[in-house]
Amino acid sequence: MQATHAPEHGHGPPGGLMRWVTTTNHKDIGTLYLWFAGVMFFVAGSMAMLIRAELFQPGLQLVQPEVFNQLTTLHGLIMIFGVIMPAFTGFANWQVPLMIGAPDMAFPRMNNWSFWLLPVAAAFLVGSTLLPGGAVAGGWTMYPPLFIQGGISYDLTIFAVHIMGASSIMGAINIITTILNMRAPGMGMMKLPLFVWTWLITAFLLIAVMPVLAGAVTMLLTDRNFGTHFFDAAGGGDPVLFQHVFWFFGHPEVYILILPAFGIISTILPTFARKPLFGYASMVYATASIAILSFLVWAHHMFTVGLPAGAQLFFMYATMLIAVPTGVKVFNWVATLWRGSMTFETPMLFAVAFVCLFTIGGFSGLVLAMAPVDIQLHDTYYVVAHFHYVLVSGALFSIYAGVYYWLPKWTGHMYDERLGRWHFWLSAISFNVLFFPQHFLGLAGMPRRIPDYALQFADFNRISSIGGFVFGASQILLLIVIVKCIRGGARAEARAWEGAQGLEWTVPSPAPYHTFLEPDVAERHLSPPLPQAGGPPSGDEGRGEGYAPELR
Amino acid sequence: MSAQGHGYYLPAPSHWPIVGSGALLGLALGATLLIHGVAGGGWLLAAGAALLVWMLFGWFGTVIRENERGLFNLRVDASYRWGMGWFIFSEVMFFAAFFGALFYTRTISVPDLASADQQLLWPGYAGGWPTSGPGLEDPFTPMAAWGIPALNTLILLSSGATVTWAHWGLKRGRRRQLILGLALTLALGAAFLGLQAYEYRHAYSELGLTLGAGVYGATFFMLTGFHGLHVTVGAILLAVMLARALAGHFTPERHFAFEAASWYWHFVDVVWLGLFVFVYWL
Ligand SMILES: [Cu+2]
Repeated sequence: MQATHAPEHGHGPPGGLMRWVTTTNHKDIGTLYLWFAGVMFFVAGSMAMLIRAELFQPGLQLVQPEVFNQLTTLHGLIMIFGVIMPAFTGFANWQVPLMIGAPDMAFPRMNNWSFWLLPVAAAFLVGSTLLPGGAVAGGWTMYPPLFIQGGISYDLTIFAVHIMGASSIMGAINIITTILNMRAPGMGMMKLPLFVWTWLITAFLLIAVMPVLAGAVTMLLTDRNFGTHFFDAAGGGDPVLFQHVFWFFGHPEVYILILPAFGIISTILPTFARKPLFGYASMVYATASIAILSFLVWAHHMFTVGLPAGAQLFFMYATMLIAVPTGVKVFNWVATLWRGSMTFETPMLFAVAFVCLFTIGGFSGLVLAMAPVDIQLHDTYYVVAHFHYVLVSGALFSIYAGVYYWLPKWTGHMYDERLGRWHFWLSAISFNVLFFPQHFLGLAGMPRRIPDYALQFADFNRISSIGGFVFGASQILLLIVIVKCIRGGARAEARAWEGAQGLEWTVPSPAPYHTFLEPDVAERHLSPPLPQAGGPPSGDEGRGEGYAPELR
Repeated sequence: MSAQGHGYYLPAPSHWPIVGSGALLGLALGATLLIHGVAGGGWLLAAGAALLVWMLFGWFGTVIRENERGLFNLRVDASYRWGMGWFIFSEVMFFAAFFGALFYTRTISVPDLASADQQLLWPGYAGGWPTSGPGLEDPFTPMAAWGIPALNTLILLSSGATVTWAHWGLKRGRRRQLILGLALTLALGAAFLGLQAYEYRHAYSELGLTLGAGVYGATFFMLTGFHGLHVTVGAILLAVMLARALAGHFTPERHFAFEAASWYWHFVDVVWLGLFVFVYWL
């Protein structure tokens, strides 16, 4: 076998639309994922705008209650499966091969399929709004018996979940195999950039729980159409069974939505603090602990369904335990900033906001973990506020931070820093105006998923809606920044940020279509110590026997 | 391994994934329309299935041809090993959802429905297993473990042995042993599926055991049905391996496709043991 061979299609991409449909290039596929996430963000975001408009004042103004339920359900499903997860997978596609010195993903064709399944699922979800009976309206959690009673769009949603699950599982197998098998020589496991580590663990979670979700919705499908009684007490089944199976998926899913965010933040803070990440190894172990614990806490979503007291206590304490590794992470981020020579470019602004606001979301999570408190707060706006603090100022802000951070590498241009800062400050302020009052609404007892409310909730809802409109409008700035950056701007150097470390900054900006076809190219750059560990990591430490065969 | 590490095979752009997406679009939309009695649903479903078959032939055919041209080095081989291993793990978790449903209904929901708390709602319900639940009238006879299921256990365990015997033959360069072992495994797999089909007919026509027979029928058919589907997929994989063995593919050192198929077959085997113990026997 010859020592090298270039990909069969040479070094340039084929032209036209077919380039994007048939591509096997990790950078093309990463771009597709990111644009898909962007489009779906504006789709699901417009639904949120409608929701906030309806809630601007008490009474029914804009939409009927059935439509309102469809809006909340689709907003949740699309934001989770169509925005946050594809955006992170887009980052993984772009950055993981660049960060570990691999020529591409391990399975480039399957990588293409993982992406091109998503538009099918999205078409089912969005298209079902036009069907008789409207779109799915049972909440993104799809609880029976309500979900059993819906019309044709409910079956389409089940199949959409199957297809998105297949996409996620294939994507995760690709990422996990790439990380375990495609690292450049010298890239030991404990030298991996933290973003790669967090994605490795996320991929494991995906492979473990997406099939469980597929099983849960399959049982919904047969209960709906083929006469089974999994969730029907008359036949000996139990609707609560669905909640157990669903949340066995659902809780690890929230870490699928946040672990890659931890990885992005752990990459950006050291760059702009110009200091190595504090406590690299403890970050890795904390991420792994969070992943393991995530399988043992699912019933904290079910404190009001009548679990035995012993089970409530177990799930309450197990949930609180997760605060320990998460606390380690927040401590390490703050310690990374400590005495750093910090500058506050847009990625850093979003990263610092992430640390502050995600921590608030973590604290409200601790509040909700307490079973007696949760029984009061369950299904109120307190829960809505909590998960938007971890998913918007957590997951979404990390995506923003990552987009601003790597845009120079992707496009070869620096973005408009002034507009970026406007985007940040408008988003950060309006986000808090939007969601902080919802804590008060929840504490006062306002239920979620209801289009109308009692008069005493009117003031905070109005404030929240105003924040929502400003937040929604601000996101158009992001689109403008990205388009401007693609079309031109100051030339980005290979190492676009002064303090940036890692292999991706050793290749030119924009990154060539193919990178690291020769593994020793990566190796040359690996000889200086990588910044992640506290000191220079030694040799191949931590590279277990079970991992990839040696390249050399 | 040194020189080969440098040439990880990167495939050219491919149209097979988008064909696969079209196939799943047809299958899912067709099934939905068929369920709801919309005209054309069945045709769409069939078109999706045909596309899927075309895609599988085309995609795997491409991979096999690339492999036969010697484009895959040991690093690519290792990728396929990781990939197959994680895929089987995902399948384990898929079955875990249904086994979880079985354990939950048997140990929690049925005893709860028969408890004193529920006597107002479901008076006189005694619980126990098997059960069709407190609200269904139709009586049914549960499937006995020591007839066909025990025979099927024997068949599937022997097929695990024959596929391993075929693997030994492959590793020692005895091609006739490989082919004979694969053919035997396939025959045993077909026998298993035939007996399973007979058992289903028996259940529906004589035992009154249907999908609608309460949570017992639901878990019974969901678990055995998905297992039977996996046996079918495994048998197709083994049939492809047999065809490739007859075409002279595989060397004693490099034959991961065969190993992947046999991993899958052993996985299906182990799942069956769980089924036999928890669905049929206990
Ligand atoms: Cu949870």
